[in-house]
Amino acid sequence: MSADVELQNISINFGDFYAAKDVSVLIKKGEFFSFLGPSGCGKTTILRTISGFLEPSQGQVLIGGANMAGIGPNKRPTSLIFQNLALFPLMSVADNISFSLEVRGHSKADRRARAEELLGLVALEGQGDKKVHELSGGQRQRVAIARALAIEPEVLLLDEPLSALDLKLRQKMRSELRAIQKRVGITFIYITHDQGEALTMSDRVAVMNEGRIEQVDTCQAVYEKPKTPFVASFVGENNPFSGEVTACNDSHVEVLCDGNKFVAEINGNDCQDAQKLVVGQKIILFVRPESISIKKNKSKTQNSFSAQLNSIEFEGHLQNLFLTTQSGVKVRLSLPNAEDIDHLTAGQATDLTFSAQKAVVLPEGNLAVD
Amino acid sequence: MQKFFAKNGPIISTYFLISIGFWIIFLIIIPQLYMLDLSFRPNLPPLLRGGEEDVYTLTHYKHFLFGSETSKDAYNYVDLKVFFTTLATAVVITVLSLCFCYPIAFYIAKIAEHKTARLLIVSLIVPFWINELLRAFALRILFAGEGVINNALINAGLMDNAINFIGQDVALFTGLTYAYLLLMMFPLYNSLESLDTNQLEAAKDLGSSTLRTHWRIVIPHAKAGIASGSTMVFMLTAGALATPVVLSSPNTFWFTQLIYQWFNMNDNWSRGAAYSVLLLLVSVIFVLLMMKLFRVKVGEIVK
Repeated sequence: MSADVELQNISINFGDFYAAKDVSVLIKKGEFFSFLGPSGCGKTTILRTISGFLEPSQGQVLIGGANMAGIGPNKRPTSLIFQNLALFPLMSVADNISFSLEVRGHSKADRRARAEELLGLVALEGQGDKKVHELSGGQRQRVAIARALAIEPEVLLLDEPLSALDLKLRQKMRSELRAIQKRVGITFIYITHDQGEALTMSDRVAVMNEGRIEQVDTCQAVYEKPKTPFVASFVGENNPFSGEVTACNDSHVEVLCDGNKFVAEINGNDCQDAQKLVVGQKIILFVRPESISIKKNKSKTQNSFSAQLNSIEFEGHLQNLFLTTQSGVKVRLSLPNAEDIDHLTAGQATDLTFSAQKAVVLPEGNLAVD
Repeated sequence: MQKFFAKNGPIISTYFLISIGFWIIFLIIIPQLYMLDLSFRPNLPPLLRGGEEDVYTLTHYKHFLFGSETSKDAYNYVDLKVFFTTLATAVVITVLSLCFCYPIAFYIAKIAEHKTARLLIVSLIVPFWINELLRAFALRILFAGEGVINNALINAGLMDNAINFIGQDVALFTGLTYAYLLLMMFPLYNSLESLDTNQLEAAKDLGSSTLRTHWRIVIPHAKAGIASGSTMVFMLTAGALATPVVLSSPNTFWFTQLIYQWFNMNDNWSRGAAYSVLLLLVSVIFVLLMMKLFRVKVGEIVK
């Protein structure tokens, strides 16, 4: 069984400090939903509120339509996977997995059978008698998932469970988590500060900042059509150019940034049109590093500007170019490694360009701090 | 040894060797060996020591068991009873101490805010700055026939006649439990403190009741602390002297009081030594048996 989770105007404050402010979101049944944000943005608070360890100061949590106010974490149809997993080190793997059944008075044989079944689900057949410390990091991860699934929760809550793993294993576990979610079909709510995790696994993402939700969207929309400067700068790399609007029509907006005239496309059903850009408005134009290219010839094209190359960084499949414009704005440019840039040397003035389709113009606002 | 010197330098190494050596040899091995030796010798006036009659004998151990050096017809019920009552009472005191300390230690370690926890620890320690004997007498004043508690209860009209707290050994149990409280509290606190709070939440999230969480998660985790605290409290209670002297009822006799009598009042040091050796030996065996029963390894205690 799976249930949807609805947060209605949740605010959580500790004195004057609001860990979450007016958070409302409907997480659909069977969805893989992530809360993404920097540390301290309130995402863990939200998770603890859903699981029942925290009562919201205002607002309510509905799970499967039922109001959860006053219902403790041991009575909610949710299971939580902790950041450090919190497996019980003195119990065997099987006892860990079937602990929730033991609590509910199931017989030993029953528990054993269910533990074996779950061990199968997470590909740990026959490891039930081992102690937790005898398992590798990835195996422990899977035990934690099995333990959380033992009572067949309607919603599984995951608090950055992959953060302790090394890169390779983390990538492997991402697809595994996703596969398990597809298999059991219940709602997964995932908390992370790692956008790679959020984007690869989720159906939808809520980007959070300072206790508020900035945007709820599909991964692609969050990346390609950010609604706020925070989302634009937090999710993925981005190059912000501050400026102001000089002209605006239904399909295009023209802006002036440090003497450079840029044009960005506005799609009819784009999130940008809701922002109501007007002439004279202070804006930030965002272009992704992979959307900027080096101009091959001197022809005059739209959205071109020049910058001085500072350094080149090799990153395996990519090479990153770091440049500074005449007015001192730092620009980052990512090219596929296949592209030949041997002719470029540090200190060289370089002409750059990007397409109007790839630029996003948003009203001025706070950027994510690195 | 060479490695030890090379690693720590000559000054520190020599200091360690001398201090630890002094401690082990002069404060532990020599006195205990002397006591052991003494316990197997007859009680002789100083002039005859080292003479013909000064030979190894089991006479004091026989006396403990049979009340006579020669006959084995009857057991020494008086001394045996004192001995086993002392051990049994020490067990009860240890359990009482554990029951009293566990919730407090858990509260300080896992529930209280940092500031409250520190305040609580300080308020646990400060009373122990007062000398043990004084604390015992203070309890005597509280529990006496016309003591603070009885007077308060009678004046409040809750009862007509004083309760004989001392005669019923209520004072003794309270005093002994209190005397070694910290030795239970701190090992317990230390082991509970190291428990990951997420484990408690995980158990709760999986539907566990508070009681079951303690039984399945907290107590197994704190086992080493419980064993370490219990061992210390048991040993020290069984070997306590000041508190039983001040607080026990006239009919209750503590085994250490017996030992004290042989040494000081009857001037029979070798018998006193034999009784001391017995107390030590039986206590150690008892503790080892308990550890075996609860599957605690000696190494875990010092964790």
